[in-house]
Amino acid sequence: MSLVSEMTDRALELGIPISVHLDVTYRCNERCVHCYLDHDDHGEMTFADIKNVLNQLADAGTFLLALSGGEVFMRRDFFQIVEYARQLLFSVKVKTNGVMIRDAEARRLAELAVENVQISIYSHRAEVHDAITKLPGSLKRSLQAIRLLKAHGVRVTIANVLMTSNLFDDSGVLQLAKDLGVSYTLDPMVTPKMDGDTSTLAVRAPFWALQKALHNRELSGSIGDSCETAPIAADAGEDIPCSAGHNSCYISPYGDVFPCVQFPLPSGNVRRERFLDIWNNSRQLKDVRTIRNKHLSTCGSCSHVSTCSRCPGLAYMEGDMRGPSTADCQQSFARTGVPSANMIKRGRVTNPPPRLVQITAASA
Amino acid sequence: MPDKYIARSSAIAARMLGGEMMIMSAVDSTFFTLNETATLIWQAADGTTPLAKIIAEKVCSEYDIDLQTAAADVEHFVEELSKHGILIASDTPIPQKTASGAAR
Repeated sequence: MSLVSEMTDRALELGIPISVHLDVTYRCNERCVHCYLDHDDHGEMTFADIKNVLNQLADAGTFLLALSGGEVFMRRDFFQIVEYARQLLFSVKVKTNGVMIRDAEARRLAELAVENVQISIYSHRAEVHDAITKLPGSLKRSLQAIRLLKAHGVRVTIANVLMTSNLFDDSGVLQLAKDLGVSYTLDPMVTPKMDGDTSTLAVRAPFWALQKALHNRELSGSIGDSCETAPIAADAGEDIPCSAGHNSCYISPYGDVFPCVQFPLPSGNVRRERFLDIWNNSRQLKDVRTIRNKHLSTCGSCSHVSTCSRCPGLAYMEGDMRGPSTADCQQSFARTGVPSANMIKRGRVTNPPPRLVQITAASA
Repeated sequence: MPDKYIARSSAIAARMLGGEMMIMSAVDSTFFTLNETATLIWQAADGTTPLAKIIAEKVCSEYDIDLQTAAADVEHFVEELSKHGILIASDTPIPQKTASGAAR
């Protein structure tokens, strides 16, 4: 086990919010077809508000800080936020589309010693990427940002999302990452919008594409680790299904606290209450922390319970945070070919497509 | 022995967790946890206090250990963290701008 894993496990034991995702704005210069956010500004936190939050997070023990959006560089004071976060010795990751990063910005991010900059690239082909972001020239500018960041010694990760518009480009993006000498991560699942609007699901990748991606370890990394069901561990019932709300949480640009960016259960607001009061006393977070695998309706007895990527936030958006997340049922099915307990219960087993070439032994 | 000075690098992330100091180097992402004694030295590394004084005040006075033994241990600790860019060591005082604030 790595020291970082030991640290997050220790934080879990101690109930410390070691990892926090803070969106500094929802405004964005791109309009990605799969995005889960409303990009209007409904009164985002000021720099003074954010400084106050960062002070409180440092006091609460937060070490890993992801600054994201929206597009973080839409805030003119973004570098002030990063500078302040680094003064407080957070390990800072920045998620951006990179479109507004020029040489000066790349140099400043290097000087501030951010841990990693994650840049979204959806295709190696401009016509595909730019059609997804709806910003002409965005691929060229994002790639230029990656080159500049690399030149200044900043670690970069390319983040791709599998969807209907780029089904055949995942290998091309992976090759691009290799050519640029940066890391690569693929999210195979488009999620509903934070307000519950499911219109984004229209661009969710079909089953066969999900299956293809999850069976290519180079593309999907650890997500596709378990392509077979694993025996259910004896103590699996006592495990927590996810660390969201246990040692990590999400804070929106409006100060709302949630267990995770994908788990829109309002748990408090840092403009009205102290962060630690929310973390320690929120009824919603306390409720999330009571959940063990054995409490999950349907999933608790599913053959995938030990290996499923079940997201309680997606389950919550489907109506019950203790219930199944059908998106994760599909992922488990795509990985293993074994339908989940929920799929069997609902009779919603989508058969994998037939093989193009079938060989059947002829009977004598 | 000439005076030696140590300062915390600005290219690190750090936080106290359960009584231990966690430090990550932004240079190579190596991750360290410091025990109580090492944390005292790291927190005292302000770039202006001579290392010998830090050892005498933070180690020898707190723990039952002689100066020579403590100095050998601390030298090894400083060398190890300097290799990863976490501490800056110099024979002269180190200007404050290269040193970071202490972690909470």
